[in-house]
Amino acid sequence: MAPCCGPRMVMTGGEISDKVPGFLFWVETPAGKVPHISTSLTYNDHFGACMARWGINRMGYIVPPGCYAIGMPSPDSPVIVTANYKMSYDLIRSVLSGSNVWLLVLETFGVNVWCAAGKGTFGTDELVKRINKTALNKVVNHRQLLLPILGAPGVSAHEVTKRTGFSVRYSAIRAHDLPEFLNNGMVTTPAMRKISFTTYERLLLVPVEIILAMKSSVLISAVVFLTTLLANGYYAAILMVLAYLGAVLTGVVVVPILLPWIPCRSFSLKGTLAGIAWSTLFYFCAHGSTWSMTTTAAAFLALPAICAFHALNFTGCTTFTSRSGVKKEMRLGIPIMGSAIIVSVILLTIGRFL
Amino acid sequence: MTGLRYLKNVATLKLNQAACIGCGRCIEVCPHQVFALDGRKARIDDCDACMECGACARNCPVNVISVDAGMGCASGMINEWFQEHNIRVMKSNSCC
Repeated sequence: MAPCCGPRMVMTGGEISDKVPGFLFWVETPAGKVPHISTSLTYNDHFGACMARWGINRMGYIVPPGCYAIGMPSPDSPVIVTANYKMSYDLIRSVLSGSNVWLLVLETFGVNVWCAAGKGTFGTDELVKRINKTALNKVVNHRQLLLPILGAPGVSAHEVTKRTGFSVRYSAIRAHDLPEFLNNGMVTTPAMRKISFTTYERLLLVPVEIILAMKSSVLISAVVFLTTLLANGYYAAILMVLAYLGAVLTGVVVVPILLPWIPCRSFSLKGTLAGIAWSTLFYFCAHGSTWSMTTTAAAFLALPAICAFHALNFTGCTTFTSRSGVKKEMRLGIPIMGSAIIVSVILLTIGRFL
Repeated sequence: MTGLRYLKNVATLKLNQAACIGCGRCIEVCPHQVFALDGRKARIDDCDACMECGACARNCPVNVISVDAGMGCASGMINEWFQEHNIRVMKSNSCC
């Protein structure tokens, strides 16, 4: 499926042992012993999450798949299904403080529910396999599973029922709504079904976006620096790199944060507008009035194009953009962005020899 | 979702209403409230809000919903394009 999302499937969660995060003691069930886990997170859990937000050990942030006990669950207690990304696991157990539930963790290779559902690893086959492997039908008397709504793109509820006898209830989008859902007789309120993309939620995505963008932009900066250094000298090379990195950061940081307030629905247009703003700001800060005509034109062409590309790339992180929309934007936008870059390189070259 | 809407008239979501059994699964799984129940049949109420996640199509027990679902980030789609054209590129190991 998606060639982009997530790691190549090499990292697995391993086997459940007394080393699982939050392990307190073993609980005996007819299907064998199950780890009882704590609902309070330690300093290390918070620190690990913070690191993962910055892309550090994000691909190895994983827990073993299988069945876990939260509180003192009985055979009649609900079964909540989640992914084996440690941040998902930690979030679920921390919000379920005071509840008695079974937690069925699927092997999603350390990827969160939403992305894993898109890839199909948080999917029907894995869920069926995990139900059988944990002998869930012996652990509980009932035949109902509670799944996060954002897992639905990967799971076919009716097929799970056909293959295992367990019915699937999609509970809520956010883990934070689970206690209310459980305490109110398992009713999903309209608010629990509504996806959001608040400023805070967008802000959380920024660090990893910076890290991901850094890989290509460090390389491009080096090329830009060296070429300008040879052609125009040290001062011009520094300015070029600053202008370029500013455009990248505008696309990766400013556009996501200001998303609802930048006019237009199209991300490449939002990026272009933000890029023009950056070009203007840079023009005034770097004494643009002393620039040649060709340099000015090149800056106002290339910087918005770079910013637009990074803004368009942010569609992969949002909770409301569609694949067809991104395809449409790319068909129109990528050739324009490419042309803008080529024209500005030509302009800079011409300017060098004028 | 208030304030954030994507492009109009692009979503590929289709529902064959005549064959719908009105189970309401699509309404249960859609995070954007695209569907509504019209008596005993589902109907597409807000197609432009669809983000093509494919949850409705996968969970429809009578298979009457179709949508071109999949990942929707530009670099992923460029990689996909490279793969389709058998062009080998340095594969990034991390995305979403």
